[in-house]
Amino acid sequence: MSTETFALRTENLRKRFGSLEVARDVSITLPRGARHALIGPNGAGKTSLVNLITGQLAPDSGRVLLDGQDITRLDRADRVKAGLARTFQINQLFPALTPIEAITLAVTERMGMAGQFWRSLASHEDAIAEAWAILVQLRLSDVATRPTRVLAYGQQRLLEIGLALATRPKVLLLDEPAAGVPKGESAELFSVIAALPDDISVLFIEHDMSLVFRFASRIIVLVSGGVLVEAEPDVIRTDQRVRDVYLGQAHHG
Amino acid sequence: MSDPSANNTGLDGARAWIMRQGRWSPFEVAFWLAVFIPFFFFPTYLTLASQIAIAALFVLSVDLILGYAGIITLGHAMFFGLGAYAAGLLTKTGWGEPLTGLLISGAFVALVGFLVSFIIVRVQHLALLMITLGLGLLTMELANSMSWLTGGTDGLQGVSVWPIFGTFDYDLWGYTAYSYTLIVLFIGVLIARRIVNSAFGLSLRGIRENLNRMPAIGAPHQRRLQVIYTISAGMAGVAGALLTQTTSQVALDVLSFQRSADVVVMLILGGTGRLYGGIIGAIIFMVARDQLAGINPQYWYFWIGILLMIVVLVMPKGILGFLAQIWERVRR
Repeated sequence: MSTETFALRTENLRKRFGSLEVARDVSITLPRGARHALIGPNGAGKTSLVNLITGQLAPDSGRVLLDGQDITRLDRADRVKAGLARTFQINQLFPALTPIEAITLAVTERMGMAGQFWRSLASHEDAIAEAWAILVQLRLSDVATRPTRVLAYGQQRLLEIGLALATRPKVLLLDEPAAGVPKGESAELFSVIAALPDDISVLFIEHDMSLVFRFASRIIVLVSGGVLVEAEPDVIRTDQRVRDVYLGQAHHG
Repeated sequence: MSDPSANNTGLDGARAWIMRQGRWSPFEVAFWLAVFIPFFFFPTYLTLASQIAIAALFVLSVDLILGYAGIITLGHAMFFGLGAYAAGLLTKTGWGEPLTGLLISGAFVALVGFLVSFIIVRVQHLALLMITLGLGLLTMELANSMSWLTGGTDGLQGVSVWPIFGTFDYDLWGYTAYSYTLIVLFIGVLIARRIVNSAFGLSLRGIRENLNRMPAIGAPHQRRLQVIYTISAGMAGVAGALLTQTTSQVALDVLSFQRSADVVVMLILGGTGRLYGGIIGAIIFMVARDQLAGINPQYWYFWIGILLMIVVLVMPKGILGFLAQIWERVRR
């Protein structure tokens, strides 16, 4: 299985809500170590595609393969266990927990130790140390013991990524990681993403084209639930269809 | 911040911080010293005191699911009552040993709780309230109609419990009863403390804080909820069994909706998600009921209603939460 060259692949994913088709035969492939961007105008089905891949939505037809393994029938938690993690466009954090607690929670869940009610949390030293390392990596160690709800918004976006990293993903799907973050800080946030180890394959949704062109090795353009084109940034930049459908609209809008 | 070890002390600081969350506070120690006061100063109130300890254990069981895991309930008397009947019926079979009686009753109710948990973890919000309410009413009517077993509205009479350790018999003044219920409550608190300060407890708080995120970190949240629901049911069952053993009878109202509602009121009064909140709430509620009923036996709920509204409006985190906030402010 691990001889496969791709980390994630979707095959002819289809999903419709009544007359609205959010996924039309979507087949994409994410090679190992990829830094791919998923772009497209609003309502193109980008988040829906992430939801289909992660199991939040069940496809009408089609398959999702992770490391060559068919995960289409697995539930969300089992997909995470298989190595597929995501972040959310709108923060899905634990407001009353501190970052060290939140990340430790995710680490103990991954280690399969979060069901142990007979051991004190403090005795899980490995998990705490690993959580701390993630917070250091994300430059959140200074606020490790403050409730999540009082953190600055940019820090909360980082914690969003940290929770995903704590699951030790092979594939990481980032749904607009810089959404709502001031422009100056968003590049910094993306530098954290760019610094992730190569064994994590990343697919990110992003609207800011300068960030996309800077950090993506390949770009998938989604329009009305279908893949319009997939290519290197230089090709996308000059592709007339993309200009018409997406960039053009962005300029006017 | 005011927390000196919180910042810039690295991993050790973070570890120490986590360890401190589970440490015994001076207030806890003071509380467990204060529980001896009734022995010396209010010996005529020992019966009330043991009723309070039983209510406190019951409310603790509700705090575990409501305060920590976010499972709202209006039917937890179901488990309290089943524990009460189990303990009573056990003595009818000829086995009156109290400690094993508690354990057997608790285990039986935990099993019922486990079965019920399959439904509970599938619903939320209003549906959850209605399901728990419905199950509670159902159990009560079942006990009512099975009068050959439960004694129906007459209650279960002739419960005879052997002395504890074969030595300590229940005395008229309630020394034994209060000592017994207090020790069981203490063990209950020890267990609850360990649970909430474990990785499992953290996972429960995660569920309470953001259910939607849990699958995204690979957490089987339904299984977690089933575990805590089962534990909570068992604990409520033990509380009910205690009531049977210390009063030597079971009345049908152990299963009543009133009891389910009262326990939630106690928890809200004291403050959810802080273990001692419910216990403080139980003390306030039971003492208020005792005193107010002495003044006017018919309308004492009027005052509880007023107190409840004041607490919810002025102290949204309950009385203990309010005191904790004040303490935080004073300490800075």
